[in-house]
Amino acid sequence: MSGALAGTGQLVRFILSRDRVRMSVWAASMTAFIAYFSVALSTVFDAPALAARAQVMRTPAGIVMGGPGYGVDHYTPMVAVANEGTLWMVGALSLMAILHMVRHSRAEEESGRAELVRAGAIGRLAPAAAALTTLALHLAVITALCALATFAAADERSLPDALALAGGSALVALVFGAVALVAGQLAATGRGTLGLSLAALGLAIAVRAAGDMIRLEGSALSWFSPIAWAQQMRAYVDLRWWPILLAPALGLVLVLAADALAARRDLGQGLLAARPGPARAPQGLRGPLALAWRQQRGVLAWCAVGMGLMWFATGTLMSMLEDMAADLVAGNAALGALFGTDPTGMSSAFLGVMMLFVALCAAVYGIVAAQGGPRGEESAGTLELTLAGPVGRGRWLGAQLVLALGGSLGLLALSIAALWLGTVAVGLEEPSLADHLGVLATQAPATLVFGALAAALYGWAPRWAGLSWLLVAATFVTGMFGVLLDLPEWALGISPFHWVAAPYTEDPAAGGALAMAAVVVVLLVLALLGFRRRAVVTGS
Amino acid sequence: MSVIDIRGLTKTFGRTTALDQLDLSVAPGEVRGFLGPNGAGKSTTIRVLLGLLRADSGSVRLFGGDPWADAVPLHRRLAYVPGDVALWPGLTGGEIIDYLGRLRGTADRRRRDELIERFELDPHKKARTYSKGNRQKVALVAALASDAELYVLDEPTSGLDPLMEAVFTDEVRALRDQGRSVLLSSHILSEVEKLCDTVTIIRAGRVVEAGTLADLRHLTRTRVTAVVTGDPTAVLAQDGVHDPRTEDTAEGTRVTVDVDDAAMGAVLPALTGAGVVTLAATPPSLEDLFMRHYGDDLAALESEAAR
Repeated sequence: MSGALAGTGQLVRFILSRDRVRMSVWAASMTAFIAYFSVALSTVFDAPALAARAQVMRTPAGIVMGGPGYGVDHYTPMVAVANEGTLWMVGALSLMAILHMVRHSRAEEESGRAELVRAGAIGRLAPAAAALTTLALHLAVITALCALATFAAADERSLPDALALAGGSALVALVFGAVALVAGQLAATGRGTLGLSLAALGLAIAVRAAGDMIRLEGSALSWFSPIAWAQQMRAYVDLRWWPILLAPALGLVLVLAADALAARRDLGQGLLAARPGPARAPQGLRGPLALAWRQQRGVLAWCAVGMGLMWFATGTLMSMLEDMAADLVAGNAALGALFGTDPTGMSSAFLGVMMLFVALCAAVYGIVAAQGGPRGEESAGTLELTLAGPVGRGRWLGAQLVLALGGSLGLLALSIAALWLGTVAVGLEEPSLADHLGVLATQAPATLVFGALAAALYGWAPRWAGLSWLLVAATFVTGMFGVLLDLPEWALGISPFHWVAAPYTEDPAAGGALAMAAVVVVLLVLALLGFRRRAVVTGS
Repeated sequence: MSVIDIRGLTKTFGRTTALDQLDLSVAPGEVRGFLGPNGAGKSTTIRVLLGLLRADSGSVRLFGGDPWADAVPLHRRLAYVPGDVALWPGLTGGEIIDYLGRLRGTADRRRRDELIERFELDPHKKARTYSKGNRQKVALVAALASDAELYVLDEPTSGLDPLMEAVFTDEVRALRDQGRSVLLSSHILSEVEKLCDTVTIIRAGRVVEAGTLADLRHLTRTRVTAVVTGDPTAVLAQDGVHDPRTEDTAEGTRVTVDVDDAAMGAVLPALTGAGVVTLAATPPSLEDLFMRHYGDDLAALESEAAR
C-alpha cells in the first residue's frame, strides 16, 4: 500500500494551501448558520409558538423540510434545532464534500493536471487519499467550531449533544465524499461524477423523508438513508451514539469499492465509457443554434425533471400547510411579517414566498447558460473555430442567448405548472390556473433580467461576468429578510422582483412587468453590441 | 489583387507589443511560409487576419475586404486550421467535420470520406477522447474538405506523426497545383522548404526576412569544404569569406569556410591555385537562414547562462 499511497502527504499540503480560502469560507458559513439558527429559535419563538411549530413538525410538510420528529411533545429551542437543523447541516456539508472530492479527483484528471502530478513520485491512490484526508480534516474542524458555537449560543448547554449534532452531520457528509469517489470511477467526466453524486444525495434525502412519513420517529425505510443516521442520534432529546457508527462503516465499504474500481480503469476514463457516436452529423445539426441546443439539452432536461418534481411536491404540501400554519402565524409576530397576518390568505402568501425560490432557480439557469456557456467556448477555443467560418458574432451569441433565456423562461413556466398540478392533486382550487398564469406573466420578465445581465457583462467584460451572482444574492436577501430587517427602499429596489406585482397576493399589473421587459431588451442589445466590438480571447 | 495584404500592422496587449509594423502578403496561387519561433506573433497575426482581434494600426486586407467589418462573407472563401485545436467534447469527430463543413456550405462528402481515410481518423470517437494529433486531424479534414480560395494553416503538423505529415504535404501540394492560396505558419523549416514558394520570417512581432526561397538563399552563404595540398592563406584572405577553419590531414590541409554567393567567383580560382584535392559545397538550408536570424538570441542566451 505504501507504494500506491506515496506522496499523499505532499498532496495534502498542496490541497490545503490551494483551498485555504474556500475551506475557511465554508467553515465560517456553517458555524454562523448553526449559531444563528440556535439563537433565532431561542429568541424569536416563545413557548406557545414553539408548541405550534411542533404541531407543524408532525405534518408531512414539517417532516420533509425538517426531521423525524423526536421530542415534538416537549419542543424546546434546541430540540427544534436538532430536529429541523440536522437535515440542512447534512445537506450543506454533503454538498461541500461532493464538490471537494470532484474538484480534487475527477476534475483534475479531466483538466490533464492529474497527469502531470501522477508522472511524479506519486502513488496511484495518493490523489484520492489526499482528497479524502483533507475532507476529513476540514469536517473535523467544522465539527469542533459548530459544536462550540452551538454550545455557546444555546440556553441548554450540553457539550455531548452539541458534538453529536455537528459530528453526526459531518460523518454523514464524509460518506457522501466517499460516494463521490465511487461515482468518479464510474462516470467519464467531472460533470458526470457531480451529477451521479448529487443524484445519490437527492435519493438519500427522498428516502429519509418517505421513511419518516410512514411513521413518526422513523420507519425501517428511514434507516436505508445515511441522513437518518445523524437524525436518529436524538441529540438534545435522548442522545444515543450507535446509529452514527453506520456512517464510517459504509464509508469504508465505499472507499474499498472505489479502490477496486480504480484498479480497473485508466486515468481520465470512466467505467461507464464514453460510447462511440455516429460518424456523420444528423441532418438537423447545422448552424450555431442547433449546436448550442445539442450542448444545452441534457442539462436543461435534468433541470426540468428536478425542478418539476420539487415544485410538484411543494404543491402537494399546500393543503397541510393551510390548516396548520394559520395558528402559527396568529401567535408569532416575526413569521407574521414574513407570511402576512391574514390567516385566510395563508396559502397564497406561502406560495408567494415559494415563488422567490421558483424564480431564482430559473434565473440561475439563465445566468449559467448565458455566461458560462459562451465563456467556456471562448476560453476553450471552439469559438475561434466557429467564428473563423462564415458565422457572424451576433448570430453566434444570439443563438446562445435564445437558448439561455428561452430555457430560463421554460423552466419558470414548468415550475409554476408543477406547483399548480401539485395543488390540484391534493384537491385545492385556489389559487386558480388564471392566478398562476398571471404570476407567470409578471414574474417572467423579472426572471429574465438575471440572464440578460449576465449576457451584457459577458458582451463587454467577460472577466466580470460573475458579478451577476451578486444580483442573485441581493435578491434573495432582500426578498427573504427585507421586511424582517426593515431594509430601506433603495435596497429593496435592487431586486427585479420588487418592481413587479407580488405573486399571488397582488393583482398582476402590466406596468412593472413591461418595465422589466424593457430592461431585458436593453441588456440584450448591449450584450450584442459589446460582443461585436471586443476582441475574442482564447485560453484565458 | 492580393489574397492577403497586411501593411504596417501593429498590435499591442497592454504594455507588450505583439506585432510591430508587420507586413505580409499572399498572392493568388501562392503558398507562403510564415516562420518564427514560439511567441513571435504568428497566431496573433492570423487572429487579426480572421477578424478575431482588432488591429491597433496599419492596413489589413483579406480578399481586398476588411476582415473585422466583413468577416462573414470573407470567411466563406477561406478555411482555417487553428494552432491549438479545441473541439466540442461531446460530439464525435465525424459530427464536428460535418458541422464545420455545413457552416461553410461547400463541403464535399466524397472528399470528406477520402480525407478521413487518408488521415486514418476514427470519426466515431467523441472529441474528448482524441489526442492532440487526432484533434488536429479533425480540423485538417474539415478544412481540406471545403472548397476554399485560401487555406490558413497555423502550425498544422505540430501533433502529427511523420506518416501523417507526409499525407499533409501531399494534400498541400495538391492545393498548390490547383492554384489555391495557402498561408502556412510553422516553425518546422523542412516543411516550409518542401511546400512554400515564398517565406516571411518574423521575430518579436517584426518581419526580419521576406521573399522567395531563391531570393533568401541568394542572401546566404554557401559552406565550402576543401582539402588543399598547398598554402590556403590566399583562399582565407578573400573578401566575402567567413569563419575560416583549417585542419591538417593526411592528404593536406582541410579548409572549411562560409562564402558569400557574390564572392564564389573569386574563391574557386584561389582554391585551384592552392592545389585542391577534394571539394564539397553545401547550399544553404532554411535551417541556416533561421539560425542566422535567431542565432543572436541563442548567443545571448548562452552567454547569459555562462555568467
